[in-house]
Formats: sequence, structure tokens, C-alpha cells
Amino acid sequence: MLLNQFLLLSAVLFSIGVYGVLARRNGVLLLMSIELILNAVNINLVAFAAFTGTIGGEVFALFVIAVAAAEVGVGLAMVLLLYRSSRTIDLTTVDRLRG
Amino acid sequence: MTVLAALEGMDRLSGGDVLVAQNVAFAIMAITMVASALRMVTTRNVVHAALYLVIVLAGVAGIFILLGAEFLGVTQIMVYIGAIVVLFLFGILLTKGSFGDDDGVTGERRLMAGLVGFLVFGVMTAALVESFADAELSRSGPSTTADIADSIFSAYIVPFEAVSVLLLAALIGAIVVARKD
Repeated sequence: MLLNQFLLLSAVLFSIGVYGVLARRNGVLLLMSIELILNAVNINLVAFAAFTGTIGGEVFALFVIAVAAAEVGVGLAMVLLLYRSSRTIDLTTVDRLRG
Repeated sequence: MTVLAALEGMDRLSGGDVLVAQNVAFAIMAITMVASALRMVTTRNVVHAALYLVIVLAGVAGIFILLGAEFLGVTQIMVYIGAIVVLFLFGILLTKGSFGDDDGVTGERRLMAGLVGFLVFGVMTAALVESFADAELSRSGPSTTADIADSIFSAYIVPFEAVSVLLLAALIGAIVVARKD
């Protein structure tokens, strides 16, 4: 198997995730798109670990999974807080900090 | 089984230079993942988006196993599909009714997002094709869980401890942010 087929799959998923972050207005969907981006990065890490025959990439992919779990926990708590304070999770309405 | 036998036969025909079975598995998973990811970011129903995310995450687990990272594949299924997707479904449940459809997205916003995504993909593809034109993956066997454990608890012990503190901080932070006071 070529290394590039995994890297290109990862690039496609990353770009779709970037599109999701930019285009969607729903707070939960934004977090899902971020998960997509993090998974694309994980594919890259594991592909390079297999390419170089070392284990470091897999260990870092595990760390990324742990950080993603923490990020989803805090992110969803923030979305819930937003819903409770303004009864919507439409991110285009969240502009109270805009000067 | 007959399909697998046929694929193994093709493997032998090509002199073992091309791993036919692995490449067919990769193609099936890659097409499924890309199609599901595209549906995930375009569907209007948020619950459907979560279910499409499950397909993508399962595909990533399959890719990990294809790359010989079995422990990571199992971890991916347990942590992502088992925990994070359930967390997402709870988030959708608790904010339901506030935002049924996402159809208010303007065409201009979608166009710009698509343009940015396409440009990111183009730049990465150019760089990857330039750098790793026909680099082959090494044919080493799967990495064992013992290797990962040895590595985490020797060379990567400091990042590991940092991640445990981060998880604790995120846990407390999530409770503090989301509680009703």
C-alpha cells in the first residue's frame, strides 16, 4: 500500500471538516466537524507511524483521542450554556463580544 | 469467503507486490467515509449528521486496523463511537427544538466555505504528491499493545501525565460551565 493513499484520504476528510466548521451554524454540528478534523489528523499520525516503523505516532494518536474527548466535554457544556442563556445554538447570533 | 480467496489468488498472481485485498478494503472504506463525511456536513437533520459521523469514525477505526494499529482501532471504537457520539446525541437532545433545521445558511456562506475547503485540499494534495510520490508502507506486522504501553510509560510519560491532568481539568470545567446555579 502506498503512504499517499492514506494521506490523501486524510486530506479529503480534513477539508470536509474545514467546510463543516465554516458553513454550518449549529453549535453541535460545528463540534462534530472538529471531530472530523481531529480524526483526519489521527489517520496521518498512524500512517506515518506505519511508514517509519516507529510507535510514536500511535502514542500521539492516543493523546489526540484523549484531548478530543476533553474538547467535546467542554464544548458541549458551552453549547448547553449558550442554549440556556439565549435559547438558541445558532452561532451566527453569538456576536455579543463583537465591538 | 470466496471473495477473500479470490483476492488472495490475485495477490499471489501479482507476486505479492501489490496487496490486493488490503487495497480493495481501503477503497471500500475510503469511499464510504468520504461519502458519509460529505453527507454529515450537508444534511439538515442534526441526528442524521451524528449517525453519519458514526460511519466515518468506524471507517477510521478500520483504517487504523488496516495500518496495523489494532489497539488504536479498538480504542477508536470504544472512545469515539461508544462515548463521544453518545455525548453528541445528548447535546442534540438537550438543545432540541431550538434549531430544527440548518436551512438558513446562505448560499454565499456555503460558497466561501466550499472554496476554502477546496483550496485547503488543493494545497495539501500538491504538497503530498510532491513529497511522497510513491513511498511504500513498510510490511512490518501489527504493533502490539505491549509496545504502546512500554512507549507511553517510558518515553512519553510526561505528555501522558499532562493529558491526565488535562482530562481532570476538562471534567471539572465541563461541570462548572454546565451546572445550574
